Amino acid sequence: MTHPVLELRNVSKSFGPIDVLHDISLKVNAGEVLCLLGDNGAGKSTLIMTLAGVHKPTTGEIFMDGEGIRFDRPKDAADRGIATVHQFGGTFPLMSIGRSFFVGVEPVRKFGPLRIFDRKTANQTAVKAVQEFGITRIDDGDRLIGGLSGGERQALAIARAVHFGARVLILDEPTAALGVKQASHVLRIVLEAKKRGIAVIFITHQVTHAMAVGDHFAVLIRGALAANFMRGEKSREEITDLMAGGEALADLGAEIESRMGPHDGPPPQPAA
Amino acid sequence: MTILSPVSLLHRPQSGAVLSLIAVLAFFMLFGGVDIGRFLGAASWVNFAANLGIVALPVGLLMIAGELDISIGAMIPAGSMSIAVVSGHYDLPILVGIGFALGLGAVVGLINGILTVRTSVPSLIITLATLVAMQGIVLSASVLLTGNASVPLDAPAWAKAIFGRLIGGNYQIIILWWIGLAAVLYVVVHQMPFGNRLFAMGGDRASARNAGIATDRMTIGLFVLSATSASFVGMCGAILFNSAQVSGGMNYIFNAVVSIVVGGVLLTGGFGSVIGIVLGTLTFAVVSQGIYFTDIDRNWSSLIIGVMLLVAVWMNNSFRTMALTHSPKKKP
Ligand SMILES: Nc1ncnc2c1ncn2[C@@H]1O[C@H](COP(=O)(O)OP(=O)(O)O)[C@@H](O)[C@H]1O
Ligand SMILES: [Mg+2]
Repeated sequence: MTHPVLELRNVSKSFGPIDVLHDISLKVNAGEVLCLLGDNGAGKSTLIMTLAGVHKPTTGEIFMDGEGIRFDRPKDAADRGIATVHQFGGTFPLMSIGRSFFVGVEPVRKFGPLRIFDRKTANQTAVKAVQEFGITRIDDGDRLIGGLSGGERQALAIARAVHFGARVLILDEPTAALGVKQASHVLRIVLEAKKRGIAVIFITHQVTHAMAVGDHFAVLIRGALAANFMRGEKSREEITDLMAGGEALADLGAEIESRMGPHDGPPPQPAA
Repeated sequence: MTILSPVSLLHRPQSGAVLSLIAVLAFFMLFGGVDIGRFLGAASWVNFAANLGIVALPVGLLMIAGELDISIGAMIPAGSMSIAVVSGHYDLPILVGIGFALGLGAVVGLINGILTVRTSVPSLIITLATLVAMQGIVLSASVLLTGNASVPLDAPAWAKAIFGRLIGGNYQIIILWWIGLAAVLYVVVHQMPFGNRLFAMGGDRASARNAGIATDRMTIGLFVLSATSASFVGMCGAILFNSAQVSGGMNYIFNAVVSIVVGGVLLTGGFGSVIGIVLGTLTFAVVSQGIYFTDIDRNWSSLIIGVMLLVAVWMNNSFRTMALTHSPKKKP
């Protein structure tokens, strides 16, 4: 049988006395989108940082292609093909598209004894890579990252990871700060990455976005895996309720109503 | 090369410095009655710029990397005293003195760099500590070893020819060293992969490290370069003037930071250029030394520098915002 690209077995993580992750077991296959759902503070970011080599599991093991692995540094995970894209995508806002695309792996051409940064190749490659994902508005590699929209930055970061041969693509809330249209661009890019056989771990707390692209869903509640199911096994309402920590949202609605009901003072002032 | 349209030129980090330099020259000509031909040929401000520029360049690169080195204020007298004590007071060969001066710079730079990458203390504080410590060491060592705070040095002709000569009677040879250093750093920072890594490191150190960049090694290297460059400036001064003093050097901290910021380097790192730092240094030198060529009372130069600093920072911020929002080939 083929092994999952990435597998966690009984992974726990504590920071000193604080237990953040409890006994997590998860598998991600090639060409599959795993949606990691959970409320703020559930431990989603801690889980992916453990996969990205930022944190080491306190107990438990990580397997890649069936082989036990240990990451001492984020670079080790990156070298294995685990690419992480953070919420705001491009992390170098004052660098050009071409330059930031090739940070650390700059293309060079020989000029006498010198190895000169090949700006033209860098720009062309970066623009081509992102255009292949359908973002044709990016056509000039000299533009600064900070001038791109949030969706374009995500697209560029994903295109970069794919270009450098990522096998596992971890996206930490890529759609959280985006409008509807830009979020749908990013979701389309996630599907495109999946089509290329990449295992995608997609973190979100927007159930709609998860339902649109997910093959496999895992819900984290206070650091524990509360549910782990495949596409079609649960309805949107069930997922939403799960994320709210098992308390049905209907109850929440009733609670809000009962608070609003007898209220006769001035409406609460928004925080300054 | 990039299209040299006026708009794309404005997006370079150094554009503010170009305008500052033009504005300052124009101001002196209009209100100070300066004869521009005589002024441009004058050695005093060029010598001043070269000495300052050799320190400002590496400190500016550190600022692009997100760090600061103020220990240069002590390393200039340290470089000058160490060569004078070794080769003047103890009469050892000049090469030993040169090696000692530059070696001391490298050691202090290593200490600054290693402390910066190993601790979470800001480099401003670390280099403030080495600044004060080196001042103490230089003063006590020279008094202890020579019984004096000023030490004579008589360098051989070949050393004077390389490090401490006047060209055409007035121009210090260090001007050529400055031009050379600027040229080398221009290629390294703007034409080679190193520069890409420098900007990435200054923009976001953690991401740069995750991308496989040896950020610690680069940071330590830049600190070594800045302390050694400061020591070099002190050493050249001692060879030129045949003596060394324990005092002096503190002004360089302030002057270098102003030059760098006027030159368009972002204080928080990740943005700047070698050409900008050179132009910022020239602008600073024109204001602080050019004032003597004008009918303006020299006490006004500090006011001009203050105003220029604010205007330059404001301009640099606006240009940076324009660069961020501008797309050169925007379709209608
Ligand atoms: N380095 C750390 N040290 C201590 N506690 C941490 C650390 N990182 C995260 N935590 C805690 O772990 C919990 C989960 O955080 P996080 O993984 O960021 O959640 P999420 O991404 O799901 O919102 C939070 O309560 C947070 O305070
Ligand atoms: Mg998070």
